[in-house]
Amino acid sequence: MSAPRMDGPTMDGPRMRGLRRLPEGGEIDRSRPLSFSFDGRAHIGYAGDTLASALLAAGETVLARSFKYHRPRGLLGAHHEEPNAILDLRAGTRHEPNARATLEPLVDGARLSSIHALGTARRDLLAVMDRFARFIPAAFYYKTFMWPHWHVYEGTIRRMAGLGRVAADSRAQGGALRHIDVDLCVIGSGAAGLAAARAGLKAGRSVLLVEQRSRVGGALLWRDAVIDGVPGARWAQDLGAALAAGGARVLTQTTAVGLYDHNSAVLHERSGDGGRIWQVRARAFVLATGAIERPLLFGDNDRPGIMLADAALEYLRRYAVVAGSEVVFATGNDTAYQAALAYAAVGARCTVVDARTDTPAMAAARAAGIEVLAGERIESTLGKDRVQGVRTASGRTLPADLLTVSGGWTPLIHLYCHARGRPRWDAERGVLLPGAPVQGATVVGAADGARSLADALAQGVQAGGGAATDVPACIAPPFDWGGAPDTRMAFGARRTWVDLQHDVTAKDIALAVRENFRAVEHLKRYTTLGMANDQGRTSNVNGLALLAERTGRTIAEAGVTTFRPPFLPVPIAAVVGTQRGELQAPLRRLAAEAVHREERAELRGYGDMLRPASYGPAQDAMTRECKAARERCVILDASSLGKIEVLGPDAAALLDFVFYTRMSSLAPGRLRYGLALAESGAVFDDGVVLRVSADRFVVSCSSSHVAAMTAHLEAWREDRFDLSRAFVHDTTPRWATMAISGPASKGVMTALGLGIDLDDTAFPHMSARDGRFAGEPARVARVSFTGERSYEVSVPAGLAEELWRRARTVGAEPLGVEALGALRCEKGFILVGVETDGETMPQDIGMGRAREVRTDPYVGDRSLHTPAAQRSGRRQLVGVAVAGDEPLPVGAHALSRGARPHSVGWITSSHMGVGAGKPVALAMIEDGASRHGETLEFEHFGTLHRGTLVAPCFYDPKGTRLDVRP
Amino acid sequence: MSIRRSLRYSGWRLLREAFGGQQGWTPAWEDRDPEAAYDIVVIGGGGHGLATAYYLARTHGITRVAVLEKGWIGGGNTGRNTTIIRSNYFHPQSAALYDLSVSLYETLSRELNYNIMFSQRGMMEIAHDQPELETMARAANAMRISGVDIEVIDRAETLRREPLLDPSPRARWPVCGALLQRRAGTARHDAVAWGYARAAAALGVHIIQNCEVRGFIQERGRAVAVQTSRGVIRAERFGVAVAGNSSVLARLAGFELPLQSYTLQAMVSEPVKPCLDMVTLSTSTGAYISQSDKGELVMGGNLDRSPSYAQRGGFRVTRSVVAPLLEMYPWLSTLKLMRQWGGTVDTSPDNSPIIGPAPVEGIYLNCGWGTGGFKAIPAGGTLTAHLLATGRHHPLSEPFDLRRFARGELVDEGHAGVAH
Amino acid sequence: MQVFSCPYCGPRPDAEFHYIGDADKPRPERSCSDEEWAHYLFMRANTRGAARELWVHRAGCGRWLVVARDTETHEVAAVTPMNAERAGT
Repeated sequence: MSAPRMDGPTMDGPRMRGLRRLPEGGEIDRSRPLSFSFDGRAHIGYAGDTLASALLAAGETVLARSFKYHRPRGLLGAHHEEPNAILDLRAGTRHEPNARATLEPLVDGARLSSIHALGTARRDLLAVMDRFARFIPAAFYYKTFMWPHWHVYEGTIRRMAGLGRVAADSRAQGGALRHIDVDLCVIGSGAAGLAAARAGLKAGRSVLLVEQRSRVGGALLWRDAVIDGVPGARWAQDLGAALAAGGARVLTQTTAVGLYDHNSAVLHERSGDGGRIWQVRARAFVLATGAIERPLLFGDNDRPGIMLADAALEYLRRYAVVAGSEVVFATGNDTAYQAALAYAAVGARCTVVDARTDTPAMAAARAAGIEVLAGERIESTLGKDRVQGVRTASGRTLPADLLTVSGGWTPLIHLYCHARGRPRWDAERGVLLPGAPVQGATVVGAADGARSLADALAQGVQAGGGAATDVPACIAPPFDWGGAPDTRMAFGARRTWVDLQHDVTAKDIALAVRENFRAVEHLKRYTTLGMANDQGRTSNVNGLALLAERTGRTIAEAGVTTFRPPFLPVPIAAVVGTQRGELQAPLRRLAAEAVHREERAELRGYGDMLRPASYGPAQDAMTRECKAARERCVILDASSLGKIEVLGPDAAALLDFVFYTRMSSLAPGRLRYGLALAESGAVFDDGVVLRVSADRFVVSCSSSHVAAMTAHLEAWREDRFDLSRAFVHDTTPRWATMAISGPASKGVMTALGLGIDLDDTAFPHMSARDGRFAGEPARVARVSFTGERSYEVSVPAGLAEELWRRARTVGAEPLGVEALGALRCEKGFILVGVETDGETMPQDIGMGRAREVRTDPYVGDRSLHTPAAQRSGRRQLVGVAVAGDEPLPVGAHALSRGARPHSVGWITSSHMGVGAGKPVALAMIEDGASRHGETLEFEHFGTLHRGTLVAPCFYDPKGTRLDVRP
Repeated sequence: MSIRRSLRYSGWRLLREAFGGQQGWTPAWEDRDPEAAYDIVVIGGGGHGLATAYYLARTHGITRVAVLEKGWIGGGNTGRNTTIIRSNYFHPQSAALYDLSVSLYETLSRELNYNIMFSQRGMMEIAHDQPELETMARAANAMRISGVDIEVIDRAETLRREPLLDPSPRARWPVCGALLQRRAGTARHDAVAWGYARAAAALGVHIIQNCEVRGFIQERGRAVAVQTSRGVIRAERFGVAVAGNSSVLARLAGFELPLQSYTLQAMVSEPVKPCLDMVTLSTSTGAYISQSDKGELVMGGNLDRSPSYAQRGGFRVTRSVVAPLLEMYPWLSTLKLMRQWGGTVDTSPDNSPIIGPAPVEGIYLNCGWGTGGFKAIPAGGTLTAHLLATGRHHPLSEPFDLRRFARGELVDEGHAGVAH
Repeated sequence: MQVFSCPYCGPRPDAEFHYIGDADKPRPERSCSDEEWAHYLFMRANTRGAARELWVHRAGCGRWLVVARDTETHEVAAVTPMNAERAGT
């Protein structure tokens, strides 16, 4: 029985060579012809074609060359199983160097060209490689090319390898990643998948149905079936429409590429350029992924014109392409007879070569006028650039322009394996089937070894949560799995291919076994079997069968490989999606960014924050801004500094524990600079802590450490404190902070008029006062990172621009992060992560006192009392003075004198000190604190510089400019 | 030479076998059944374990050696890594260790009579801004003082060496310059395991696959035998080189290690004709890429940040690896990811390995290589063999003793020095 | 793409959480030996199989959680607030 839509005009018999497209039928739209070219030859296809079906209809038989021997290759399959047809695709601005012809829809104006050939696939000068095949068996490269060196040969090998060619200016854009959350996700829309989706929807579940092909139906689109009284293909289309109308989401042209932890899946939807990724979370998955056909093993089984029987049927039924007029159907199972009957029905001369002696299918075939050679196998094929005939085991020769092969079936259990499922070998069907069930996913239909359409439908209904009465009635031939691969003809006189793309032959497998590469994974890696971009879809089980045969084991004993994502190669453009450019690792922005841009700031990423590096012309910005800070008044946007509130009756105790510097002795209204350590004793961060009131503190930590410091405080709060007595709350983004600094800063502050008494006695250094700005609360803290008198003004973030503009109008000049770096360097203020590293302890940066006096517990305490913490030779913070006016290079290492020079430390920061009037540098040097006055040599890429160790402060060492009062 | 003349691989032998139907090839190594006792048992048939066995036989003349592998040799991280070999490490102890490894790799193909395809294509760690270049200068100077061949090259030179890098200064990860090690490169990872296995077996080492260690038998506080899935095997000394599972083996022997196991992903694109010459790494993002001889673009990057023994990674990390590489090489968008896999790596607190005696007498450790064990295989094997043969450290392995943690003498190779 | 059910926020993707270390690791007193302290600082259970881990819900509520999770299958048995587990210390 053939599907009704195939009725109608047929070809006029076997002599009508070249006429390959039926005038009616199929899914193509004959009213929309599309022009395309292949290797310069112009052709016409139709909307609804894939590149492959259009090429086949156009009579293009040689589409590619094999990887190693450059043998001609045509279409073996019709969809994702295709190993050969990989082309360079250009259409408009689109370029894909390794397009899969069976997956890509034909588009108008597509320019296709063959790849991996010197010339074209049809005429490839490298075809000569095949003559040397005997010298380059599997893994030959491990055994030679060692003298004089691999480099001598590698360039040539690399040029010979690879498939398509990338073009530097080619770009593809993927769509934005989408998330979807459903009760039931059904992968595969064949009979079982559709039944599952329908049952799920009926049971009131939200359903996502995923189909790789351009429409739902799976094999119903080309195999014979009647369901609920209508042809299978129409049943599928109707049901697909009904599901969508009923609220299910149906994604076609979409492949489930991976099943991941905790019931999640990644899908790739093919559309336009790179397509898009869907991330699915489902309460349950139904894996109805079907089965694909296996090729047969015999001599020269790789020629163009040798095709899987199911693929030949799919081309005929879906694209109305008759793939051959004189067809030999080689099989060992009944399922493949459908193709023979269908080709006979369109007038092809058909001969079946069946390894079995008698089956009911044979009689039906003979009744349809098909010659059946029972008990017969193909020994080898005839032809050169395409198959022209076959030779059988008994010595008969048959002409053929198409040889279809059906060596049994392979259930697609990749997703089951992704979900940690372990496949088991089913000897009777001759397939790998899902073993023990996995959590969250049910395998149904052909993927689970269903023996008939009725079984598949019933399994689907059950997996979807339906009742037995929901299973639709159907008529279809039984599904014959065909048993294990037939290896009888694999080791004949002619080579037998197992992996068509990578040119792995049966003899290569025998060689690997001879050399003890008998573990499945060894075999794979040694011969490259299944490592091509078809991922061994059609070669895997045949390879296992040959391995088993050569090692005298069963396939179950030989072991099975597992499958990892992706199921199908997935475009990198889709993987990345819209995480491109600025959207990739996006930077956080300052509230006053617009005003910084007005001021011609150069914005740079510091950590994850975009901040002004400098303002105005770059060449003199450093000197200009530093001078302004030292002589007049500057304003710096310091909004990114942390403002973590610590509250509650135990807030002081929490800070005492987390900080190395004791904070509980701080008086309300006062600030203290301090360090927090990691448990290893290393400096974790530094910052200034303000005590607002007895039970309220604000921790102002380094800009890039806010999240880490918040987590650090929270960790110890939860670990050691009564949660009702201490709280940690990060308020950083709510505030904008402008640091106003310089000898004239008091005047600027007065002009700003925040309602605070600025008298130095009432408002001394290291204290804070609350005022108001533009009717909103403002906090002013006297703390300095420049070494000059400074006021940090914090206002609600929305007032950032206004505060900046007001301060500018009353005399403050802009200061960028780079100049601040120079100012703090000459003052000897450290930057955590620049001066310090994972080994720096407080005593190494001149803050060893708390270690001596504190006996109460604090984070990192014990680490400060280990032998390593107390030994000599630790790197310590020093200043480095130089004689000339050239600053030392950052990263230069100080050398020890001695037989073998070695590094005793390095320059961490270095600048031209504007306040000091000379170059200034900070360094971490072994025992540096006790070596002031010593002159060392610093090496930087082969040049030596001299520098003298000094105290790490080059400017106003007494701090008089801060107006520190006793 | 360990391989008998008649069994040696060469172009001449390939020619001869071509006319003999490839019938003359013999097993690269024979599978052995375990014997009751050996002088030394090496647990773990990966690169480090096989190299250890080879050097025990070759350098120290100890051939009553068994390598126990629970699956198939080279099936752990040796067969799952991105094959990068380099020695650009900050501390002199590390530089010495990894430089020994690079030197051994340089002559390994001929020593083993097995083409491991060490390709010294060079490696560039690309700096994306000025602070990264400064950090790089600190590292480069340290390495140069340690004798490692390192240069810092400018933007123009970086772009000249890898012309398909996006030159735009407005790129998300612009090219500012690079740390260049010319001697760095890649090798064929499986071949390293197979080459060592073949050479070790030729010297008499027993390679025992499908043999899982399930416990240690101790007498008077000393390990004297292992219980395996194939029976009890006694030995004088035991080497443990089971990257990823080191803590599991340690627990069997009754001690803990300062290790945490994570999944490290790797992935390859479909093959394309040569387009990348060197290994390039993005300093800010940790993502790196190189092109294999077969033409695939091999990519890797960050760990999956949840402890795992699952040997598989999540999609989010796959994306985080590919995304920055796509910004640096925008034409990558026209290619597809073909395979992706994960290995279990055991990371140590200071990102340096642990080589040395275990807390239980008779057991010697080779672990904690984190993401970089492959590059260290020849050195790891040399030093572990020295330990097993003599019971004492080689001077190069001394700094990597387990006791360094109690002493506080870490060899901190973490790039982010601060505690997060 | 694991999902952790935060007791404060509900089920959330693993990307929001950050792994810290072993859940059961009492902090020694300062009087402990160098070896005990090193053990606390550096040694890890690194369990293959059912483990008890400390995580912080960094991109969520910021709270610290004990996650009982299998490191081979990634199955999560329970997520509990760290503080609830440590009540009384």
